[in-house]
Amino acid sequence: MTAVTPELVAAHQLTEEEYRRIVALLGRPPTYTELGIFSVMWSEHCSYKSSRLHLKKLPTQGPYVLQGPGENAGIIDIGEGYAVAFKIESHNHPSFIEPFQGAATGVGGILRDIFTMGARPIAVMDSLRFGPLDDPRAGARNRRILEGVVSGIAHYGNCFGVPTVGGECVFEPCYNGNPLVNVFALGVFRQDRIFYARACGLRNPVVYVGAKTGRDGIHGASMASAEFTEESKQKRPNVQVGDPFMEKLLLEACLEAMQTGAVVGIQDMGAAGLTCSTCEMGSRGGTGIEIELARVPQRETGMTPYEIMLSESQERMLLVVERGREEEVFRIFRKWGLDAVAVGEVTGDGLLRVKHHGEVVAEIPSRALADEAPLYDRPRSRPLRTAPLDGPDFESRDLTADLVRLLASGDLCDKRWIWEQYDYMVRTNTVLGPGGDAAILRIKQTGASLAMALDGNGRYCYLDPRQGARLAVAECCRNLSTVGALPVAATNCLNFGNPERPEIMAQLVEAIEGMGEACAHFETPITGGNVSLYNETLGEAVYPTPVLGVVGLMKTAPPVTVAFKREGAEVMLLGGLGRSDQRQFGSTQYAKVILRELWGLPPALDMDYEKRVQAAVREIVRAALAESSHDVSDGGLAVALAECSLEGIGADVELEADLRPEYLLFHEGPSRILISTGQPEPVEAVAARHGVEVLHIGRTRRGRLRIRLRGRLLVDCPIEDLRRPWRSALESQLRG
Amino acid sequence: MKFGVVVFPGSNCDHDAWWAISHNLGRPAEFIWHDSESLGGVDAVILPGGFSYGDYLRCGAIAKFSRVMRAVERFARDGGLVLGICNGFQILVECGLLPGALIRNRGLKFICRQVELRVETADSPFSCHLRPGQILRVPIAHGEGCYFADARTLAELEAEDRVVFRYLDNPNGSLNDIAGILNAGRNVLGMMPHPERAADPLMGSTDGLLVFQSMVAALSHAR
Repeated sequence: MTAVTPELVAAHQLTEEEYRRIVALLGRPPTYTELGIFSVMWSEHCSYKSSRLHLKKLPTQGPYVLQGPGENAGIIDIGEGYAVAFKIESHNHPSFIEPFQGAATGVGGILRDIFTMGARPIAVMDSLRFGPLDDPRAGARNRRILEGVVSGIAHYGNCFGVPTVGGECVFEPCYNGNPLVNVFALGVFRQDRIFYARACGLRNPVVYVGAKTGRDGIHGASMASAEFTEESKQKRPNVQVGDPFMEKLLLEACLEAMQTGAVVGIQDMGAAGLTCSTCEMGSRGGTGIEIELARVPQRETGMTPYEIMLSESQERMLLVVERGREEEVFRIFRKWGLDAVAVGEVTGDGLLRVKHHGEVVAEIPSRALADEAPLYDRPRSRPLRTAPLDGPDFESRDLTADLVRLLASGDLCDKRWIWEQYDYMVRTNTVLGPGGDAAILRIKQTGASLAMALDGNGRYCYLDPRQGARLAVAECCRNLSTVGALPVAATNCLNFGNPERPEIMAQLVEAIEGMGEACAHFETPITGGNVSLYNETLGEAVYPTPVLGVVGLMKTAPPVTVAFKREGAEVMLLGGLGRSDQRQFGSTQYAKVILRELWGLPPALDMDYEKRVQAAVREIVRAALAESSHDVSDGGLAVALAECSLEGIGADVELEADLRPEYLLFHEGPSRILISTGQPEPVEAVAARHGVEVLHIGRTRRGRLRIRLRGRLLVDCPIEDLRRPWRSALESQLRG
Repeated sequence: MKFGVVVFPGSNCDHDAWWAISHNLGRPAEFIWHDSESLGGVDAVILPGGFSYGDYLRCGAIAKFSRVMRAVERFARDGGLVLGICNGFQILVECGLLPGALIRNRGLKFICRQVELRVETADSPFSCHLRPGQILRVPIAHGEGCYFADARTLAELEAEDRVVFRYLDNPNGSLNDIAGILNAGRNVLGMMPHPERAADPLMGSTDGLLVFQSMVAALSHAR
């Protein structure tokens, strides 16, 4: 047996203090297998040891919340006795090392989190961040990573049969060595059919189902808890390989098995595999679990207990079944052609006891692993930022040309090349798919619909993490309101650098607090999520990037979409022209794309006003007053107007303002929504009732977008000249 | 009149087809498990989209050997209506119930998109409610939907008026822009586009419903 030495402890990324704690909890030094088990369970990825203290600041309860954080996914009430489970999770590190499989297994992992609760997944969205495709040094690699990630997501989701209905894709140099791949999934089920990951009932059998265990993914969770170095490529074998067909079988078999009533508890084997599922189920059930590893189906010969316990082979589940009813469950798994084996049983001693051919190789109190992981209040200073407060003097020579360049930039261009690779229609619920402000799905079981969107803004958060996080919440809720949905709950994925650096820890805490303030204000409690730290390569951290997913409720109706629909409609700007100044302009896409600079501060946000604007637009959309509806965000008013025009109907816009033209057209102040309507008076009445400014800014017209400021022509362009560069930008950048 | 929807373990449009038939078309539909030897007395069979047995090999290559396909082959030989959608089309081709092959899309990428189809013939139980030249909006979602056949087979399909749908703007490189073809007996149709996804106004088109309505009309007429 391998001796546990200080070097071995360090190699497991456990500190001396943590090791002492392990010895104290066990009352003896751990065995090699136990050391491995502790190292994954106490890794940042599984234990949230740096963030747990601060995550408590997030609001988690609300009138729609049935299940807050702590389970595999959050659950909200959608009415008529039905509920949805949803969560977002990161797969950043694996996607950098092996983009295709890293992203594919990211999808697989979050889908299992959803159906392990008994819900059938009906939607996936992805928030992706890469280095620029035209980066002089890293461009070729960034292109390869993007292509791999997109085809990995497509491969897994398409085959599994879940529609990928939306998301975001953003490019910044800080993601050159550390892309972000955050996957959101949502599933629907009956409220009386919710399953939990609890091991209950003494001597109930513990059943292993799904794929066989191999050596893939060993220490994936610890890998995700360390910075990248030059040696990280050697960790490629740590990335798991996904089999979406197997997952589909597992889905159908698990949901069918749950119908029998013989399943007491169920947990997927994700990060930290068999280790995590056994000790979490025991810990939550207040019980122990004893397993015999020799019975675990294995893909390779000669696997050690250490390897079996730490394997992250995909598409595996652990069930606790009512004793005496095993055969009912086995029969279903046989029908779907899956392995199902009783590997152990529930015990009353609160211990995770692992045997290998009868010999005890690990014996640890479940609670020690799952609930008594270290908790750190890590020191923090001021959030890291090197950007200046004030920017360069500049004056645009050609505002129309600037607009065209913005539309052809990575963040704003058409992402069709990505989302057409995803089956976004399967299950025939997609009322509004990718490319809009939010995705809309009808729920066949209730007749109502759900809207959902993902949002994050690393630039804003880098300049001011608190304000950036608040803006992300506001924008995500605005996206939902724009299509007429009431935002009711959220999930978050917090992508940050190394928390052991005080300036990074400060970013994390500021962002969590900002997100908490905004989620409380917009009444969208966080029901779960994921923290991904150590997103650094060679000491360079990514921008602090909290990504938010918000789910909203709405009636089922034909969707109100972004594009202007006909000539001669009134174009109205709900919320007004907004404000900006020299400093706030430094965080815009204009500063990024046209000036190639980053300075200053994110836009200002008046959360009360924002909330009123959102309430107003919901009312306008629900009353069918709006023919089109689109929020003003990245790129500002001019980009939003162009986006509304891309299907061929443009507009003649006449503005009255004291702002300088660059600010007026391109500032990114929040709380603004563009609508087109044939009924301006009722729109005005709704806006007035909510105390919200609404401006008549022009009329739609075919084929051309013109924007004037007090009669002076600022932008004048045929729609085709906006559309072509927007449409072709991503593909031409991918060609290199 | 009853529709049967075959369920392979990796089918994922089975429920969509069932929903379109039972809710949008308003006709009875039931599922047929891939292991069944019988089709349970249905009047028409739908082989739905998906990834029958994972399709890591060639799409439909394993489904060809499934028990239910023996029953489907007998049913088709006896003149029963068989509609293969997407993966169902791939399976029909693998089984030899339809000629040719479906290979990787020209662009080598999976494509999900609303496309336009031109109806080429009304002379089939699947298109008798349509008129030649009519344009339908029906989505596609496939990675291997490029229809390929040798010149003689193509000539035969054209000469015998067995091309039912053609793409207006060919998305995948299919020869002769073929989106859907009939067997010689005209009772088996394979098509890559998904009519079950265009059966509800909420999904943006109801043109797919016309295919199912044609089947209903043909079956009623045959009675």
